[in-house]
Amino acid sequence: MSARIPSTGRRPPSVLGKRSRDLLVFLRDHTIVALVLLLCIFVFGIELIRPGTVTPTWLSNSLQFAAPLGILAAGQTLVMLTGGIDLSVASVATGAAYLLTTNVSLGGFAAVLIALAFGVIVGALNGIGVALLQVQPLVMTLGTGLMSGGVMIVYSQKMLASQARVPGFIQALGSGKLWGVAPLDLFLWVPLAALLIFGLSRTGFGRLLYAIGDNRLACHLTGIRVWRILLVNYILCSVVAAVGGLVLVGSTNAADLGLADVYLLPSVAAVIIGGTSIFGGRGGYGGSIVGAVILTVLTSLLTLLDVPEPIKQILYGAIILVLAAAYARLTG
Amino acid sequence: MVRNDPSEKGATGFLPSGGARVASMRWAGRYLPVIGMPLLLAVALLFTTWIHPSFGAFDIQSLALGALPLAFAAAAQTCVVISGGIDLSVGSLIAVANVLAASTMQHADFRQALLLAAGILIAGAISGAINGAIVVLSRIPDVVVTLTTGFIWGGVALLIMEKPGGGAPQQFLDLAAGTTLAPWLPNAVILLIAAVAVVWIPLKLGRAGLLVYAVGSDRVAAFRSGVGVETTRILAYTLSGLFSAMGGLALTMTTAIGAPLAGVYYTLSGLAALVIGGVSLTGGRGGISGPVLAAFVLTLIPTDLIFLNIDPNYGQVIQGTLIVLVVMLGGFVTVLRNRK
Repeated sequence: MSARIPSTGRRPPSVLGKRSRDLLVFLRDHTIVALVLLLCIFVFGIELIRPGTVTPTWLSNSLQFAAPLGILAAGQTLVMLTGGIDLSVASVATGAAYLLTTNVSLGGFAAVLIALAFGVIVGALNGIGVALLQVQPLVMTLGTGLMSGGVMIVYSQKMLASQARVPGFIQALGSGKLWGVAPLDLFLWVPLAALLIFGLSRTGFGRLLYAIGDNRLACHLTGIRVWRILLVNYILCSVVAAVGGLVLVGSTNAADLGLADVYLLPSVAAVIIGGTSIFGGRGGYGGSIVGAVILTVLTSLLTLLDVPEPIKQILYGAIILVLAAAYARLTG
Repeated sequence: MVRNDPSEKGATGFLPSGGARVASMRWAGRYLPVIGMPLLLAVALLFTTWIHPSFGAFDIQSLALGALPLAFAAAAQTCVVISGGIDLSVGSLIAVANVLAASTMQHADFRQALLLAAGILIAGAISGAINGAIVVLSRIPDVVVTLTTGFIWGGVALLIMEKPGGGAPQQFLDLAAGTTLAPWLPNAVILLIAAVAVVWIPLKLGRAGLLVYAVGSDRVAAFRSGVGVETTRILAYTLSGLFSAMGGLALTMTTAIGAPLAGVYYTLSGLAALVIGGVSLTGGRGGISGPVLAAFVLTLIPTDLIFLNIDPNYGQVIQGTLIVLVVMLGGFVTVLRNRK
């Protein structure tokens, strides 16, 4: 949303000694190290508050809980790399989950297809607005989010709630574990992550996303059909969000119309904390994964603190702000 | 995010005239935002009386009551968007003001309630200023900051009041309810006009308003002309907080209770009113009357749906569709203009 003000140059960190300055420079160039360190600090904090919590089971549970957020953040990363933002991911995830549970009678496979089709439709709408008509992504996706949320409300009035059911394989995907250790949703998330990380760094499409985020006009002038890339990208984002919704409903085992609402802020925050610039052109999915895990661990850390829910909400938001601000300072 | 495109910001207005079509287009471009919203509201009202002939003074009154918080939300968003930002915490601030009012005013008399209201307005302005200061100081993009502070303020609202409750003295509620001057002029409308005018007119006439528009229309140019970009942005957020607090008080007046989750709705709807009211999301363009009037049109939609025997839940669909259509149309016009 904001234009870049010409930088007046970084303030020299003169108060710091040479060694700590070197450390800062190292962290700035390897932000993922800083993130992993932060994650370790959080995990350590949990162990400190309640000794004996951090076990292999806890780790596997945490990863399982992180998967829906990580998948939502995947779509968000794709869009943010092009300098956009998708605020409809939560509505899409909720809608996909709700469509899945209410269409199980058609068969599990068909229900999944319907859910993903919902993602394609919303994503195509976002893409048409952003790519072809050059609407700001923020307002476009807010509008489509509001729209799809409304469609779901109307749809829910027409459906009999008693028919709703989460199919077995989705439930297994969201909450099952292989041999009691490996969460099944990782078998979806890890390949997706590998595909994204590979795709972003090694394929033409991925490179183009960075290029568009860096300078859309320059891309246009070099003859790239920017609108095609963006259209595909927004559809991808929404489909990935729909997948995230399916994983989420698998873990909660019931879909309501506010299912994924709480994931909107974390999906953006995970990407920002993970080092992807909201202005585009910088970052990657690797950071977003760590960001999603950090936020999940943060949630369980806050759960361990014996404080009322509103305080948790305030702390969660405040910590996100501090992390994002620290990140902005660190990388300039 | 194509911000540096000169054709996007009225540069065409300085080009030499190229025939009557261009002239008429320019005329429309200049005056449509001014007359468009009153016209749309008039059409919407006429349509409503057409489908529901007994639509009368009482319905106008309840329309005004229903639109009051949304109009303030739209005004709040307008201040920030004109300054080139976005505030996704408006709804949460409205919720905070609402629960704060309902919990403190419950056993207060009228005079105390007015004092409390003044305090809440100040608190709202301060909260807005905090939002602005975080945006300016942290260098985090405004979307992310206000999305997060919205989350935090939502927590504050829940902290003040866990579940709906509280209340306010009847005289305080009567400030918005009923009609005093004329049967067709609800008190809510007078209150709205007075409250918005008290903030907006001095701003618009004074230097601060000019700075807000300058910063919104080109931040770098404003910076280079010696405008205090950071203070101006904080000012915009402060005004947004003030209007949000007004929205919260209005919500208390119209519902007579405090509800910690009721405000959330107003973030998106306020933005919808803003978009439909013709404020450019790139900043620096638009006024406050458009969004405020658009709030009335948006409030009329569910009413009309009920009159038409349609599920009022379609209201949200229509609202979302309206946002999408308006911004797509705006984009379409820009794309066409750039192509020439």
